[in-house]
Amino acid sequence: MSAPLGRLQLGSPPLDERSLYLRRLAVRALDKGERGHIGSTMSLIEILRVLYDDILRFRPTEPAWPGRDRMILSKGHGCIAIYVLLADKGFFPIETLDTFCHRDSILGGHPESGKIPGIEASTGALGHGLSIGVGMALAARIQRRDSRVFVVMGDGEINEGSVWEAAMCAGKHRLSHLTAIIDYNKIQSAGPTREIQDLEPLMEKWRAFGFAAVEVDGHDVGELRKIFKRVPLESDRPTAIICHTVKGRGIPFAEHDPAWHHKAKLPPETIAKMYAALE
Amino acid sequence: MRKTCLDWVYKLAKQDPRVIFIGSDLSPGLLDEMKQEMPERWFMEGIAEQNVVGMAAGMAMEGFIPYANTIATFFTRRSYEQVAIDCCLHNVPVRLVSNGGGLVYAPLGPTHLAIEDIAIMRALPNMTVVACCDAEEMKRFMDASLAWKGPIYIRLAKGGDPIISRPENGFEIGKAISMRKSADASPVVLMTTGVMTTNALKAADILHADGIDISVLHFHTIKPLDKAAIVEHARSARLVVTVEEGIAIGGFGSAVTDVLVDELGPGMPQMKRIALPDSFCKNYGVQSDLFEIYGLSPKKIARTVLEAAGRHDLVA
Repeated sequence: MSAPLGRLQLGSPPLDERSLYLRRLAVRALDKGERGHIGSTMSLIEILRVLYDDILRFRPTEPAWPGRDRMILSKGHGCIAIYVLLADKGFFPIETLDTFCHRDSILGGHPESGKIPGIEASTGALGHGLSIGVGMALAARIQRRDSRVFVVMGDGEINEGSVWEAAMCAGKHRLSHLTAIIDYNKIQSAGPTREIQDLEPLMEKWRAFGFAAVEVDGHDVGELRKIFKRVPLESDRPTAIICHTVKGRGIPFAEHDPAWHHKAKLPPETIAKMYAALE
Repeated sequence: MRKTCLDWVYKLAKQDPRVIFIGSDLSPGLLDEMKQEMPERWFMEGIAEQNVVGMAAGMAMEGFIPYANTIATFFTRRSYEQVAIDCCLHNVPVRLVSNGGGLVYAPLGPTHLAIEDIAIMRALPNMTVVACCDAEEMKRFMDASLAWKGPIYIRLAKGGDPIISRPENGFEIGKAISMRKSADASPVVLMTTGVMTTNALKAADILHADGIDISVLHFHTIKPLDKAAIVEHARSARLVVTVEEGIAIGGFGSAVTDVLVDELGPGMPQMKRIALPDSFCKNYGVQSDLFEIYGLSPKKIARTVLEAAGRHDLVA
């Protein structure tokens, strides 16, 4: 049985300048939008950073390029993290982050495809992304494209039964070009996952559903890069990567605190403290 | 109608490489020829309707046209959120081929009776809702479905339904078809959908014997609704009666009423809706038994029309 890593990531390296910069952008969106799922965003940053910096094939000026890899953020509430990466990669200007959740913005509190370049599927209601990813992976197989599909899910999200329907289906079809990534920050909205709906033994669950599964420190850029580059872990089955993360990572007073799952109208002093923590 | 619809999926798949079939856990041997000929586009994915709808949407996002098939209540109740978000919000061409619309599964009880499907499917933005009256009309609809942009809820009837549609009437999604035209200057107009059109035509024959000549207007498409046809027929009508094999709340009759209120306001004709009540069905038997119980048999429809028209002298 895989034991979840402890409260502090043993050996987890400190955040480097790029991780701090991306987090400052996230705080900028949070500040200008006066709201956001900050804890869920901060746990995702390194996962998405490595995917967009080193793994995914995409063209920011041609978001619908057929040969691209598909990246679905199934935990749509962590959207600020993907907005930051898409802006950083040039899908839209950095300044667009300042419009987060504004009336006429393209950037809502959950991501919408068709509105935002680079967003593959509209998510927010949880438990939808893996089935959509299965459909996209099957489509790629029929069309004989070598696109890969990555679906990032939250730990709370995988309480949904639909996730396991999709997992069974992916296992049955041996979708080796499909990778499920779990942002396992151990805290869902109501409290610790262990208390609300314990997911353990999580690696064994994914393996039982036909996936090659592995776990990794979700804030260790080097380790993430190493694992993601090995995908597919096995040539005849989908991959599941369980990323042990810290909710709110990088903001010491928010880390591990369920109260920081979502915040609105943070006072300027708190925003200033957040920026200070990310210098 | 169901067999015709599925046969047509295979026919369309031979014509168009975008067509895919996805079943849940259906009869053994279903679309076997398609499975043999194009195994990469034939799927049977088990009793997991949420996943079936989600993966169909994922395929549609990549340019395919998936015809997904299971029992109507499972699509509409079990996977409503996937239908709403994955299919409708993304506005992708997923076709939900839904077995047993209305009271088809009478002996199986309320878990299998799709009574509110029309109401909840038509409430979804971007959704198209279709209920053909017979297998021949189903063929014409299926041909038309290939080029339709968004998701479609396809309500299937029992099968073996009498053929009442005529090729000369043509078929266009969203266009009602006049099945019987009254010579009366201010007639009673029955507006119907699905196989209720058959019962309405039989009711028209019964009424004709009583000297009452009525019009019957068939709506194979409930959404988008042919507002122009409703208004045109209602302007001169003295009574509009809607007939549907589904609950009144939010159903076909409710949709017609909305159009009349919005378009004709105080000038709208008298209306009567024949539909299922706000309750789960307590009986079994066969579909025609339930038609009788709920006033949807030809005789009961004719009787309701007479009562609504004030012709109590003719009520048997």
